[in-house]
Amino acid sequence: MIVALELEVPPRAEYIAIVRLVVSSLASGRRNLADERLDDLKLAVSEACTNAVEAHTRAGTTDPVKIRVLEADERIEVEITDRGGGFDPDRLPLHPPVTDPSRLDFERGLGIPLIRTLVDLARFERLEDGTRLRMVVFGGPAGDGGDETTEILRAVLADED
Amino acid sequence: MELGLEVDDTRPPHTVLSVTGEVDVYTAPRLREKLVELSSQGHRQIVVDLEGVDFLDSTGLGVLVGGLKRLRSNDGDLGLVCTQTRILKVFEITGLTKVFSISASVDEALAG
Repeated sequence: MIVALELEVPPRAEYIAIVRLVVSSLASGRRNLADERLDDLKLAVSEACTNAVEAHTRAGTTDPVKIRVLEADERIEVEITDRGGGFDPDRLPLHPPVTDPSRLDFERGLGIPLIRTLVDLARFERLEDGTRLRMVVFGGPAGDGGDETTEILRAVLADED
Repeated sequence: MELGLEVDDTRPPHTVLSVTGEVDVYTAPRLREKLVELSSQGHRQIVVDLEGVDFLDSTGLGVLVGGLKRLRSNDGDLGLVCTQTRILKVFEITGLTKVFSISASVDEALAG
């Protein structure tokens, strides 16, 4: 595992596109990462940065949001650390089902469910003054669930959780 | 980062809003303003063409949900045009394909 990239950006919405671009450029160099997975990672990074920037805004801090990308042969990891006061990812309000007319009352709160669906592993760590989100995407080909090694790694990591 | 918003109101009763570029927390407020503006001008049947959108995140989804709600409460509707897999995927994961009518072309949306 090597640290491929470390970034600090001001907690402002206009910087999120830059983070997205930098992380996806780096990941696009990975031979075994299908385009579809690259899109997944790009969207997950954007959602995570949006949450981080909004948390900093709520907490009234101008401290930077920190992004770290780590790479190994079989996976890429992105860590996003904010100092926005922290939250409990397991106690988020649930949306009504999509068939319920009141679903239209909810314009927010889709980011974390999206992140959890898009990446292979998403782990939220509560820090003293914020949150660190670690997201892992395995480099195997999309669609068939990856090769045997990826499947084994996925199983091992899932057990760790 | 540019967000393009182009209005075509030559095909009543529909109004077509073509969006280009990236829709995220930075640009989504402009899309929201445009939808609010159109709806307050009396446009009730809006078709949002997403074919030129390169990126759409949950903030963009939220703005579209808000627009749909606003129009439906005025007996209107908001339809989408999208064939791009990467954009459709965001609607599928969140279950919003069941909330929006999504067409493969503007003509199809206007006919529907």
